[in-house]
Amino acid sequence: MIKEIDLYARQKRLAWYLITPSVIVVLAIIAYPTIQVLVNSFLKYKLDEGPQGFVGLSNYAFVLSDPDWWSAVSVTLIFTVVSVVLESVLGLVIAMVANSKFKGRTLLRVAILVPWAIPTVVSSQVWRWMVNDIYGVVNIVLTDLHILPQKIAWLATPATALPVIIAVDVWKATPFMALLLLAGLQLIPKDLYEAGSIDGASKVRQFWAITLPLVTPTLLVALIFRTLDALRVFDIFYVMVGGQGNLATMAVYNQQQLISFLDAGVGSATSVIILIIIMLFVILYTRFSRTSFE
Amino acid sequence: MNYQLPPYGRIVPRSFLAAAAAVFMPAALFAGVTIHFAGDSDVGEGGRWTKALAQEWAQKTGNTVDYISRPNDASATLQLFQQYWAAKSGDVDVYMVDVIWPGIAAPHAVDLKKYFKEDELKEHFPRIVENNTVKGKLVAMPFFTDAGVLYYRTDLLEKYGYKEPPKTWEELAEMAKKIQDGERQAGHPDFQGFVFEGKASESVTCNAIEWIYSYGGGTIIDPDKKVTINNPNAIKALEAAKAWVGTICPQGVVSYGEEEARNIWQAGNAAFMRNWPYAYALGQDPKSVISGKFAATVVPKGGADGKNAACLGGWNLMVSAYSKNPEVAADLVRYLTSTAAQKKRAIELSQLPTRPEVYKDQDVLAKNPWFANAVEILNNAIARPSTVTGADYNQVSTIFFQSVNKVLTGGEAAPQAVSDVERVAKRIVR
Repeated sequence: MIKEIDLYARQKRLAWYLITPSVIVVLAIIAYPTIQVLVNSFLKYKLDEGPQGFVGLSNYAFVLSDPDWWSAVSVTLIFTVVSVVLESVLGLVIAMVANSKFKGRTLLRVAILVPWAIPTVVSSQVWRWMVNDIYGVVNIVLTDLHILPQKIAWLATPATALPVIIAVDVWKATPFMALLLLAGLQLIPKDLYEAGSIDGASKVRQFWAITLPLVTPTLLVALIFRTLDALRVFDIFYVMVGGQGNLATMAVYNQQQLISFLDAGVGSATSVIILIIIMLFVILYTRFSRTSFE
Repeated sequence: MNYQLPPYGRIVPRSFLAAAAAVFMPAALFAGVTIHFAGDSDVGEGGRWTKALAQEWAQKTGNTVDYISRPNDASATLQLFQQYWAAKSGDVDVYMVDVIWPGIAAPHAVDLKKYFKEDELKEHFPRIVENNTVKGKLVAMPFFTDAGVLYYRTDLLEKYGYKEPPKTWEELAEMAKKIQDGERQAGHPDFQGFVFEGKASESVTCNAIEWIYSYGGGTIIDPDKKVTINNPNAIKALEAAKAWVGTICPQGVVSYGEEEARNIWQAGNAAFMRNWPYAYALGQDPKSVISGKFAATVVPKGGADGKNAACLGGWNLMVSAYSKNPEVAADLVRYLTSTAAQKKRAIELSQLPTRPEVYKDQDVLAKNPWFANAVEILNNAIARPSTVTGADYNQVSTIFFQSVNKVLTGGEAAPQAVSDVERVAKRIVR
């Protein structure tokens, strides 16, 4: 009996030894910077002058009363909702195509990953050239086919720039969605479909009754990944529309405070607010996924 | 195995070589030092040229230059440099800094008065030296200067019956419209009347300050720290510019920087362009389709009773306060800012020297006939409010270029835009 307890304690101690390195790493690279940002957000702190004392919530008040911040929030939310919905729907369609048996399936699976494999800065710059108003290929093709009466300066105003940016993001991230969902689809046992067919369920009915419910757990994981990515979006916007004030996202606004203005106080407060917004989404998703599986 | 002795030089310690060099070349500085030089973007002509000249100095002095390219966009460059400065990094010895940055860069610069005599400074335009001096400290040496100029197609003006370039913005709009309509009917659907830099970055700040000043609307903040931007003339100027977009300018002009504008111009697709002097040499290159078909002049006035305004630009060379070899770095700066170097730069790159004497040089004038007017353009040049805003200039410029860009894209009315700029500028300048 005594021996058993001893063994248990020893194993517990060993477990601690084994996880200690990862705990230290996590503390050093996640907890420390997060706490540092939290502390900085309460300071008047210009990077070129150093910290200059506690100012309470005034950095937060500054951000929350800045119309540019709220514009950044709405740009980010519109971008996130529209792009993630489109990516999920298209991703599921592509995944189902890639999951069916046909000639050249492997080739297709490799090919759909190409946009995802190109670094975002590079593809954004390429797209920026492609949608250029004068010499961009998109305008030339569309006007030559008489789809457009005249060339459009796509990136000039938010009304056209935001849809273009969303389209580029969908082009880029759909393969990622498709790949994750393909993995989910492959886990669904084939005999369920056979049983469905025997019972006389149509293909559409099979999709709603078998495919969708069984792929939902994978879909939720994929959604969390994409939503968090989209909320933090920086590169596409920075490359394609640069400093245009009415097309800044939350991350672009944050970068501007922190890097352009060297204001670590306001910049950190912005980071904390972004963190809170992202946490809200995570809580929402985990709540939803729990209720859907219980 | 066949063991080989290392070449002679390698077994002699570096310090010994340096000491020997110092003995044999008393005038020259210690050799064998590596100077890290953050110059112009070497994607462009100016950067490659600067790099070559720095290498020339390295060859002559026996030092090494590690050339660091910078982003094409000035605003992006400043962001990068500010990170080096905030980190007190000694990784870069010499920085090429914009005329508006001395206020921001001052704490991170070596006082160049230590290395340059008063007489040497007097050879440059006093205004630039003054601009580069912050609280008695000479932050940077003038490298080349810049002023906004209006380029126009002499062949097209003649074709459409104009004898002279436009004197006012109104004339420019009228001429641009007529030429654009005519050229488009003649089978050039992509022809544009006028291109400028409307991108939400420092580029549009330079353009907009010219429009506003030319209409008598001031320079955002006056030298006495009074925020002047919210005035009817400034609103009028912005509304005039807004009316160009989509009529005489392409819609996309609101996203153009210098190079985007120049690409359209140099392809022969624009009648007028507002840009910097560097575009002159590139356009006159024998391979260019517009070579010999254009000229440069002052930027127009805002209405008959307006003023000519050219935004003062230009780049300077600064030695980092965190440099381990400030003396050697200062020697590189001396080499790059010498009369010979400026003359060469003027001839090959059509960039404006900071030494008045170079403007009288026959070789320079033969290549750039318009330099004869350049001194006048520079005398009319208006400075951006970087002296009064000091380290906060970037914040003022950011709200200004974002607001102007919003007006141009139709996202905001001009009166609202100037009041936004006023609000932020007042918070900063107190």
